[in-house]
Amino acid sequence: MTNSEKNRLKDKAFQVFGVFCTLIGLVVLAIFLIDIVIEGIGRIDWDFLTSLPSRRAASAGILTAWAGTLWILVLSAVIAFPLGIAAGVYLEEYAKKTKLSNFLEINIANLAGVPSIIYGLLGLELFVRMMNLGGVLLAGALTLSLLILPIVIVTTRESIKAVPRTIRDGSFALGASKWQTVWHQVLPASFGGILTGVILALSRAVGEAAPLIVIGALAYVPFVPKSPMDEFTVLPIQIFNWTSRPQAAFLTNAAAAIIILLLITFLLNGIAVYLRHRQQKKIKW
Amino acid sequence: MAFGNKSYTCASIHNTLRVQEKIIEGLLWLSAAITILITVSIIWVLLSESVKFFGEVSILRFLTEKEWTPLFADKKFGILPLVAGTFLTTAIAIAVALPIGLTIAIYLNEYAHARFKTFVKPLLEVLATIPTVVYGFFALTVVTPFLQSFIPGLAGFNALSAGIVMGIMIIPMISSLSEDAISAVPRSLREAAYGMGSTRLQTAFGVMVPAASSGILVSVILAISRAVGETMIVAIAAGQQPRLTLNPLVPIETITTYIVQVSLGDVPHGSLEYRTIFAAGMTLFLFTFLLNNLSFWIKKKYQEKYD
Repeated sequence: MTNSEKNRLKDKAFQVFGVFCTLIGLVVLAIFLIDIVIEGIGRIDWDFLTSLPSRRAASAGILTAWAGTLWILVLSAVIAFPLGIAAGVYLEEYAKKTKLSNFLEINIANLAGVPSIIYGLLGLELFVRMMNLGGVLLAGALTLSLLILPIVIVTTRESIKAVPRTIRDGSFALGASKWQTVWHQVLPASFGGILTGVILALSRAVGEAAPLIVIGALAYVPFVPKSPMDEFTVLPIQIFNWTSRPQAAFLTNAAAAIIILLLITFLLNGIAVYLRHRQQKKIKW
Repeated sequence: MAFGNKSYTCASIHNTLRVQEKIIEGLLWLSAAITILITVSIIWVLLSESVKFFGEVSILRFLTEKEWTPLFADKKFGILPLVAGTFLTTAIAIAVALPIGLTIAIYLNEYAHARFKTFVKPLLEVLATIPTVVYGFFALTVVTPFLQSFIPGLAGFNALSAGIVMGIMIIPMISSLSEDAISAVPRSLREAAYGMGSTRLQTAFGVMVPAASSGILVSVILAISRAVGETMIVAIAAGQQPRLTLNPLVPIETITTYIVQVSLGDVPHGSLEYRTIFAAGMTLFLFTFLLNNLSFWIKKKYQEKYD
């Protein structure tokens, strides 16, 4: 065999290996989803969705867990959305290229790399102890808001950056002030992209268990939270709790709860992908 | 007179507008400044509790003792077993994710049809959106029993299964960041390689990968940082037994799992046991902080190479 034939063979071999590697992730994903659906789908019924937690696997439900997850979702959105967009607008539209703005940028990138459990420790000391909130919904939502803030800021900046210079110049030429330009031109033009980023950030928050465990969210909460000052649990914590138990019946419960959690995350991601797709189609600068 | 009045009103409107602009800019600045406040708070929280911890336990003991048993009667405070557990699961995860992720990146860039690429990439991204507690469930109930069928000595909780699943989770991170790095290499380099008669494989490993090496390195460092801080997979599937070992078949405990373990129990606030989670958290934060900054440094140093 000549050298070039050998090389061509190696090339083919790597191609096969490449397909294999690409597919292995997808195959594992498929096995994984199918396994969970087989294990859990039979357990999902109206009672499972509307029952309180219980020590007996057969009568335990996820009402408090998904209600808590919904609360956390809404509260985190309300806190992180305005804060993140404001910070993103400042960095992109107002900040001059100084040492300070450079430092802000590095700092935000650093915050995005801090493990979620460290945010839990921060929330534990800051919100639970010092602000004396206790392990309530508000403390959990504040903690997760800090966690997703860097993501919201970064996507806000990217969406704003995509708005062409001419839009701003046109607005200024008509006599609009800086803020009027941002509020009436830049933000509406970039809103789709910002919303996509926020939804992706929220889908991350929905799946987080570790920081909420650290701030003291409980696995067993026998009531549906009525206000942000109530104790709470969320779906990931409920899943963690059921997974840690030795009885097989609880594993089935966990699988069923996972299906619901995945539905929520996939739904959020689906909305984000749809919005991005629509945005790309609609706007041609 | 009337004219004078009018110009007065105009000026006052102009003034209020300017004040309003300033106030808004101030508020926006404040929102951006909060991010610095968050960093300061994280460091302050970890430091203040760690300082109290090291007031009772010397740093030397913390760094050199070979056991970690703060919750037992006979207390030992050596962080090494937790660091070893974290290192072990991270190493396994990277051993899985790096070859697969990098191969995917090369394959999609150099071999795959554009249509296949647009079809596969979002599917791979799904792997990154699945909550980690779900991966933990998968590791414990599917991967461990599967591995046990041909590794007889494998314990029910082990670093191997948690590490492998963590690796699968990290694949899209390495593949997409590496792919960005490879596709940023100028076309001319690839075409020059083809012009010299190279195969796609030779072009990929002889030209593209070396040219994109800094970007690939950044992706790996960020993946390591992610794996070091990963919590729920290891908390569910790797066990809660701190031990100084590199044996992937036995239960271990990572830094993150220890923090979860203490948080689930009822350790009184202000006790030495309570402070251990901040000392452990400080260690974890230092690792990820160093890794993240290393990646920024590499990115900054090499980013304009082809501009």
